[in-house]
Amino acid sequence: MTFQDLVFTLKRYWAKHGCLIQEPYDVEVGAGTMCPETFLRVLGPTPYRVAYVQPSRRPADGRYGDNPNRLYKHMQLQVILKPSPPDIIELYMKSLEAIGIDLRRHDFKLEEDNWEAPTLGAWGIGWQVMLDGLEISQFTYFQQCGGIELDVVPVELTYGLERIAAFLQNVDSVYDIRWNDQVTYREVRYQEELQFSIYNFEKADVATLWKSFDLWEGECRRLLEDGRATLAAYDCVLKCSHLFNLLDARGAISVTERVAVIARVRDLAVGVAQAWAVSTVLCSPPKSENTEEVLQDFHSRFNKGLSKPVI
Amino acid sequence: MKAYDFLLAIETEEIPDWMISGALSDLQRLFLEAVQAGQGAGCGPGGPPHQHVETYATPRRLVLVARQIPEKEPDAKETLTGPPVSAGPKAAEGFARKLGIEPAQLKQVTTPKGEYFTHTRKVKGRRTRDLLATALPGVVLGIDWPKKMTWTSRTGPRFIRPIRRLIALYGDRVVPFEIAGVVSSNVASGHRRLGRDIRKVISFEDLVSRLRDNAVILDPAERRARIESGIAGWRARPNRQLLETLVHITEYPTPLLGNFDPHYLTLPEEVLVTVMQHHQKYFSVEDENGRLAPQFIAVMNIADDADGLVRHGNERVLRARFNDARFFWETDQKRPLAERVDDLKHVTFHKDLGSYYDKTQRTVEWVRRLEGNEHAQRAALLAKCDLTTELVKEFTELQGVVGGLYARAQGEPEPVALAIYDQYEPVPRTPEGQIVALADRLDTLESFFRLELMPTGSKDPFALRRAALGVVRILIEGGHRFPIPADLRGFLLERVRHYFSERYAYDEINAVLAGRWEALPDVAERLEAIHQVRPTPDFEPLAASFKRIRNILRQASFTSDAVPDPARLEPGPERDLYDRACRVRDHAGSLSYQEALAAIATLRPQVDLFFDKVLVMAPDPAVRQNRLAFLSQLLRDFSTLADFSEIVISGD
Repeated sequence: MTFQDLVFTLKRYWAKHGCLIQEPYDVEVGAGTMCPETFLRVLGPTPYRVAYVQPSRRPADGRYGDNPNRLYKHMQLQVILKPSPPDIIELYMKSLEAIGIDLRRHDFKLEEDNWEAPTLGAWGIGWQVMLDGLEISQFTYFQQCGGIELDVVPVELTYGLERIAAFLQNVDSVYDIRWNDQVTYREVRYQEELQFSIYNFEKADVATLWKSFDLWEGECRRLLEDGRATLAAYDCVLKCSHLFNLLDARGAISVTERVAVIARVRDLAVGVAQAWAVSTVLCSPPKSENTEEVLQDFHSRFNKGLSKPVI
Repeated sequence: MKAYDFLLAIETEEIPDWMISGALSDLQRLFLEAVQAGQGAGCGPGGPPHQHVETYATPRRLVLVARQIPEKEPDAKETLTGPPVSAGPKAAEGFARKLGIEPAQLKQVTTPKGEYFTHTRKVKGRRTRDLLATALPGVVLGIDWPKKMTWTSRTGPRFIRPIRRLIALYGDRVVPFEIAGVVSSNVASGHRRLGRDIRKVISFEDLVSRLRDNAVILDPAERRARIESGIAGWRARPNRQLLETLVHITEYPTPLLGNFDPHYLTLPEEVLVTVMQHHQKYFSVEDENGRLAPQFIAVMNIADDADGLVRHGNERVLRARFNDARFFWETDQKRPLAERVDDLKHVTFHKDLGSYYDKTQRTVEWVRRLEGNEHAQRAALLAKCDLTTELVKEFTELQGVVGGLYARAQGEPEPVALAIYDQYEPVPRTPEGQIVALADRLDTLESFFRLELMPTGSKDPFALRRAALGVVRILIEGGHRFPIPADLRGFLLERVRHYFSERYAYDEINAVLAGRWEALPDVAERLEAIHQVRPTPDFEPLAASFKRIRNILRQASFTSDAVPDPARLEPGPERDLYDRACRVRDHAGSLSYQEALAAIATLRPQVDLFFDKVLVMAPDPAVRQNRLAFLSQLLRDFSTLADFSEIVISGD
C-alpha cells in the first residue's frame, strides 16, 4: 500500500464513521492536536467528529535527511470523536484492518502513555499503540484543554503515517516509502528535511526569532482584549509555539528560560480557550435569559485552577 | 440457609500494568467491607472468610469470586422506646398507633430514667442479591487508583480507564447494577482478536474455562508460568520487574526469540540492554559464557507467530533503535568529555544555583575538602559532562553510566571512569566513586539548604531526602570517618535514624546517637554492639540504674562537671563501685565496643548494692555533693558509647 493510498483509506474509513474530513491547517504546528479543529472543537458540549492529515513540524527532530527514522516534519492523521464512542478501540482496530493489517497475526498492545501539552494547558489519559513492538499511534481521552476541564470527553487518535507506511511496505527507512507507485518519499521530502535542518539548526536568526515571538505575543494579547477575533488570536498562539520550538532547536533557550517561555505560550492558549468557550456558549441557546448569569457560570467554572483569568 | 458463590468481573480498557495488583487488593477489601459490615440486620449477610475471596486480572478485566455467601442477612430484633408510662394511656395509644399495633402489645420497661413503654419487633434481613445490587457501584468506583479519568463527561464517574462491561452473578443470577450507562450482565469478552463474546456465563469456573477457549488466561500466575516455560532454555537474563510487566500487559502471552545483527555488540552492553529492556520490553539473552548474545525475547499477546511476522516486525524496530544509539555514540565521541566541561555553563542546575558548570566547580572543591585523590578530582570535574551528549539526551536513564563509558573509551584512568559510571549509585564501588558521589550530594544538600528549599512533609521536589540517605549510606557502608557538616546535622540524622530503623530498635538508636561520637561508622558499630549485648541478663537492669542516676541528678539540679574526691567516699558499696568503675573505664578503651559494653554490664551487682545500701542525698552537704559528683562522673564515663538511660526497659 502506497503512502497516499494509506491516507485515502484511513480518511475514507473515518468518513464512513461520521467524521468530517478536514484539510491540514495552514499555520505551522508541532502536532495535529494544536489545530483549531482539535484544540477549540473539544471545548464545550457540542458533539464533533473530524479527521485530517496534519504535517507536524518539530525543528529539533530534524537530522538533515540522514536518519532513517527521524524527521523535522512528519505527517499525522488526526481523528477526533466527541463524545468518545464506547466501541472506540474496536473502531480503531478495524481501521488498521482496513489498511491491510491482520490483527490476528500481529502483536497489538495498548501501553500506558498519558499525554500532556504544557504549552496548551492540556492533558489526557491514554496509551501508545504498539504493533509488533512499534509505536504506531497515540490514543488519548482528553481531560483538560486550555486549562478547562472538558464538558464532554473526546477521544483523539493520532496515527504516525510514516511509521505505519514503512511497516506496511517493510522498508527500514522512511525515505524508501513509496509515496505512489512511481515516486518515493525521498523524492518528495528529502530536500525539505535537509534545508529546514540547515535553517533550524544553523541559519535561523535568534534575535529575529525572539523579536517575532514578542510581536506575535503582543498581537495575541491585543486580540484577546478585543475579544471578537479569538480564532485570529489562536493563530498567534501557534506562531509563538512554533517560534519557541525553533529557538529551542537553535539552542537559544536555557532551561530556566524554558519554563518561563512555556508559561507565556500557555497563558495565551488558556486565554484563547476561555474566550472561545464563552463565545461558543453565548452563540448556543443560553440556559438563562440573563447573559450576565451565563457568563458568571462560565467564569466560575473555567477560571477554576487557572493562574490568572485572562478575560 | 442456602449460600451461593458471587462473581464480579469489571471489564475495562487496558489498565496500566503496575496498578493492577493494588487495585485487586482494594477490590477485595471493599467487597468484604460491603458484605461483612457487622452482625445483624442492615449489616450484611456476613459470609466468606478472607481466604474464600479470590481476585484475578488481565489488563482488561478485574475479577473477584467469593465463595458461599448466605442468601440473606440474618433477621434481627429491634426495640423501640416510646413515651414514659407517666404520660398516660393516651400517649401509649399514640405510640401503638404509630407502630400499627394494639396498645396491649406494648411492654413497660424500667430504665434509670423511669418507666417507659417499649415495643420489640423483628426486622427481616435483606436479601444478599439486593444488598449486592446496592453496594456494587460503590465497591467498583471505590477502588483507589493513582490517577483517575472520566470518559463520558466532566461529571461522569471516575476510574482508571473506561468501564465497558460489568459481569455480576450471585449463584447463576445476574445482580443488577449500572455504572456510566453500562448495565451488569452475564456476557463477557474474549481476547480482542482471537476470541469472541462469551454469553450466559453461569459461574466463575464457567468464565475461566470459556475465557481460555477465547484466548484469555485469567490467572496472572498461569500467564507468568506460560512465559517462564516458553523462555526456558533460551538463556534470558532474569528480570523480575519486566516479567511482571509482561504478565500484566497480556491476556495470552507467548514469547518469541528474535535476532539482531552481531555487529551491534560493539556498542556498550548497557546501551543495548536499556534499549531492549526499558524501551522495547524485551528480555536480553546471554550466550553460554554469560555474555550478551545477539538475540532478544519479546512477549506477544497472541498465541503464535506462525508466519514470523511479529518476529520480523520486532527485529526491524530494534534495528532502528540500535542504529540511532550507534549514531549517537559515534557523534558523541567526536567531542571528548574533557572538552565539554565549558558546555555545562549552558545547562542549568537550578535557577538560583547556577549551571552544572558552577555545580561541578563546587563538587570538585568538596572532593578536595574530603581529601579525594587526583582521580576523584578528575572524575568530579567530568562527572556531569555526559549531560551534553546525544546518547544521554536519548537515554536519560543512562546518565552517569554513559559518562563512565565515554571516559573509558577516551582513555581516562580506570578509577576516573568507574567513579563517573557509579556516581548515581547508592553506594559506588570504589573509594574514588564514593568520594565523588558524597561530594555531589553534599553540595546539592548544602546548596538547597542555603536557599532554604528543604523538603517539607511529603514534598521533596529536589529529592533531598534521597541525597541525604545516599550520604549516610556511603559514610556508613564505605566506612568514611568524615564528620557530618554542622549545617546538615539535623537533616542527616533523620536519615541515619531511618537507615538504622530497619535493623535496630528505636531506643537503641536513640541511646547511641545520644552518646559521644564523631563519625557514622562508629555509630553503626556501637549499635551492633548494643544489639548483641542487650539480651544479656545484666544489661537492661544496668540501663535502668543509669536512668535512675540521671533522675537523681536532675532532681538534685546537679549539673557541674566536678570530680569526686575518692577520699570522701564511704568504704563499702560506694568505694567498691568507685574502684570497679575506674577499672572498667580504664580498661574499656582497649576493648571492642561489644566487649566494652559487656564489661560495663558487669558493674550491675555493684550498682545495685550501692543503691541498696547508700543514701545518695546524705544529710551532710559535703558528702552529698561528693556523691552526686561521683554519680555524675559515672554517667559521663559510661555514656560516651551510648546513653543507656535512653534504653526502654520492658515493663517500663
